[in-house]
Amino acid sequence: MKAIDRKLLRDLWSLKTQVVSIALVIVCGIGGFIASFSTHDSLVWSREHYYDTARFPHIFATAKRAPLALVEKIRAIPGVSEVETRVVRDAQLSLEGVVPPMIARLIGVDFARPPGMSRLTLKSGRWPVPGMAGEAVVNQRFLEARRLKLGVRAQVLINGKLERLTIVGTALSPEYIYATRGGGMPDDEWFGVLWVDAKALAAGFNMEGAFNSVLLRLAHGASTGAAVDALDRLLEPYGGFGAVGREDQVSHKIVSQEINQQRVFGLVLPSIFLLVAAFILNVVLHRQVNAQRGEIAALKALGYEDRAIAWHYLKLASVIVLIGAAIGIGLGWRLGRAMTGLYTDFFHFPQFYFRLLPWVVLAGCGAALAAAFGGALAAIRNIVRLRAAEALRPPAPAEFRPLLVERLGYARIFTPGQRMILRNLERTPVRAALTIAGIAGSVAILLSGTFWVDAVEYFIDVQFNQVQRANVFVGFAEPVAHTARNDLAHLPGVARAETWRAIPVRLVAGHRHYRTALTGLADDANLQRIIDRDLRGSKPVPGGVLLTTRLANRLGVVPGDTLVAEMLEGKRIKAEVRVAGTVRELAGMNAYMRLEDLNLLAREGPVVSVAGLRVDRGEEPRLLERLKEVPAAAVVIVTRTLLETFRATSAKNILFFTAILTGFAATIAIGVVYNNARIQLAERAWELASLRVLGFTRGEVSVLLLGELALEIAAAIPLGCVAGYWLSWFIISLMQHGEVMEFPLMILPDTYLYAAAVVVAAGIVSALIVRNRIDNLDLVAVLKTRE
Amino acid sequence: MAAMSERPAPLPEHRAPVFLARGLTKTYHMGTTEVHALRGVDLGIHAGEFVVLLGPSGSGKSTLLNILGGLDTPTAGEVRFLEHELSKADEAELTRYRREHVGFVFQFYNLIPSLTARENVALVTDIAERPMAPEEALEWVGLGERLDHFPSQLSGGEQQRVAIARAVVKRPDVLLCDEPTGALDYETGKLVLEVIARINADLGTTAMVITHNAAIAGMADRVLRLGNGRIVGETRPERKLTPAEISW
Repeated sequence: MKAIDRKLLRDLWSLKTQVVSIALVIVCGIGGFIASFSTHDSLVWSREHYYDTARFPHIFATAKRAPLALVEKIRAIPGVSEVETRVVRDAQLSLEGVVPPMIARLIGVDFARPPGMSRLTLKSGRWPVPGMAGEAVVNQRFLEARRLKLGVRAQVLINGKLERLTIVGTALSPEYIYATRGGGMPDDEWFGVLWVDAKALAAGFNMEGAFNSVLLRLAHGASTGAAVDALDRLLEPYGGFGAVGREDQVSHKIVSQEINQQRVFGLVLPSIFLLVAAFILNVVLHRQVNAQRGEIAALKALGYEDRAIAWHYLKLASVIVLIGAAIGIGLGWRLGRAMTGLYTDFFHFPQFYFRLLPWVVLAGCGAALAAAFGGALAAIRNIVRLRAAEALRPPAPAEFRPLLVERLGYARIFTPGQRMILRNLERTPVRAALTIAGIAGSVAILLSGTFWVDAVEYFIDVQFNQVQRANVFVGFAEPVAHTARNDLAHLPGVARAETWRAIPVRLVAGHRHYRTALTGLADDANLQRIIDRDLRGSKPVPGGVLLTTRLANRLGVVPGDTLVAEMLEGKRIKAEVRVAGTVRELAGMNAYMRLEDLNLLAREGPVVSVAGLRVDRGEEPRLLERLKEVPAAAVVIVTRTLLETFRATSAKNILFFTAILTGFAATIAIGVVYNNARIQLAERAWELASLRVLGFTRGEVSVLLLGELALEIAAAIPLGCVAGYWLSWFIISLMQHGEVMEFPLMILPDTYLYAAAVVVAAGIVSALIVRNRIDNLDLVAVLKTRE
Repeated sequence: MAAMSERPAPLPEHRAPVFLARGLTKTYHMGTTEVHALRGVDLGIHAGEFVVLLGPSGSGKSTLLNILGGLDTPTAGEVRFLEHELSKADEAELTRYRREHVGFVFQFYNLIPSLTARENVALVTDIAERPMAPEEALEWVGLGERLDHFPSQLSGGEQQRVAIARAVVKRPDVLLCDEPTGALDYETGKLVLEVIARINADLGTTAMVITHNAAIAGMADRVLRLGNGRIVGETRPERKLTPAEISW
């Protein structure tokens, strides 16, 4: 081995704590990057793979009742390659051992012949015997949410008649990765998908020779929009509810949003981390190389070429990066696998797929390497540029001058020691600025990883305490008279009851359309309110519709515009409504009207379809028991369980991710602060030892060095808080493409304190280590040599 | 003084000069002030000569040595080493020149602290064309027993002898020493001077030694006195003393 390579190894060994701390920064940067990118990529890949094998349709449509003879016409639509029709109906569901009523989506399947599209994957139990009524498979999530066992008996209300079903198996369907009846959040507990014998279902609902649900697959390259329009025209006479492409299919939409959310966390945050890690690496190596000025000069004098010297230090940087990268890749791979596994379970994808694309590894390592080389080269260039003779001399004493405050005549407020600290900072503003920027960067990423807890809690508070203030919601199978409110108010435990109207609707503005519900609220509504993200309340405006801002944007309308509301139930009225205003709600894609206006628009009397109840705690079970006896109550939802579902899904994913990233951010913060302290010690060891020779105590000397670090940390924390605020704002604004909800930028003082505390703790630990080194400075060596 | 310089030289005078300098000038800028380190130096050094440069601090000795060694370039004037035009050379040419022809010894040794004695010497053998073995060079300076010691485990004199071994291991044409005994005590200093003298005598290496110490001048073939950036005197000792014979 060449002597210069031995020097490399020995230098690495003597710098080992610094090497480790820099490598850790790289581990976090590359590890987070690889874990997140591979998770995102694997999830998209899994979903596509699942969609492919389960033959997920491209277009979905429902109608009231269309004759099977229409199939040939549908098949003739240009671009359509396959058509599948079926009967799908929602019905009231009750399960043995479960108190409140629920909704079942009954889907007819010929179990003798697997469907050509939306193929089911059996997860447990068995398929129903073909042609045998009375058996069903249910979606896996429902069974899990209700903690049911196979063989459980269910009753569904089909055409006013209770039919008995036995659950013989659980299945997964690409159409119901997320099962929801239309709301933004999954309601696995209240909404079960049951696949039953097609013939029996058709007979029960008088749908023989007819269908009400059609699925299409398109040939490669065919236009979805054109096919949707053609299908709509064909289904129109049969009560078509409007066809949708994949992007509006509810389950696909929510899965995509989850994956998209994961992308923001997974791609944006780690990229920022990698950048910050790269920046820190750059600064640290720059100073590390600078500290070896004397040795570089000696190598030059011995006849080593600039290139060889530069290569020597690049090797030093490379080794550190490679150590970090090796661990980072391993960690990223493991974390990526683990996260993909969690998501696969969460989404109930039938198979686990994980892959780590080479470019992800190359990009992560390349960025780290480029940053390390950049830092090392910048420092080497400065030294190599010097004539060897000049480099051999210690750098000329820097030009110090009195501080600004001293020049202004306030010299006496500082002790000589304080002046040394301050002059040193003032003399090397760039170095001080870089150090401060590095520490501020770590405060910022700590904040941007941690504030999600605040944002999620704020969201929960707004959504579950301010907007939805009922603890129990009751959905009626058919609209009921508004007097139902009084009946409900007299049920046991009910402190307050309110009712409102929700009509499924397709809102159309020009070529844009969106399916949602039109909600008619009473003027005195207090249990279901319209609250914007700044907690300001709104009321529906007479004679118009109030839209969630996201919905208005999606439809491309502003207040004053007109849109068409195509109601999808009752008399199926199509009516023009004026957009009266928009409201920036955190959740949902909502459209509100005054209850009277909506009833008028739907040409119905004073009817309602949803009730919200404020129930005394403890009275809930008794109330649920009584509600079971209210025949009109098709579904009862307890908000507590909605909140639990939310905490278990979106919130859990976000917090899981941010917990990992916070750990990384803390590691980076420690790496930055520790390295700065060590480099400062290396740069000033001679000066400090000289002071010790002059009679300064260890404590006094430590204060000189650590005082500078303390000042830098003190300056960096407020800067980092500001930077963290804007970084969080940037990340949040990238997430606002999500349809269903938006997170508020909410950072509580505690979170700022936490970020500051982590950095201060890193500073104290670093100071203790450095203090130990100051105590062991070799004073005699200082007297002998100059550097 | 003039009379002494006209005395016929006992040694390498008949050989061609290895160094030839004309009107060497060097000006530094230290912040806002200009420092005239050399103000027109004319010089010829012959192969195998042992030259001592004497002079007070700031007289330009180190600047001259650095320029002759290719560590620095003059602001004006010419300097050549054999066929190498040093004053016009770029950094790469100077590096090659240092690597092939020059051995340096500094006052503060400038050893790499993370390398042992043997490895510090190997630093040069790794890049030189036909070097001795590092062990041989260290044997030469009397450190055959301390090959695997780190600089921190060696005394000042030992460190300086490692630096000399490192300088001579490549069999350089010239050995340039800047205050080689400056940081050493009397005994150790003499030991180091003996090594330098032996290299000059046995290997025929041209040696130039900067010193404050006039006693060392007795070892030289020729003594150049510098003052204020100029050569202010040149003497040739009648008899070249061995290091053992000098004292200060």
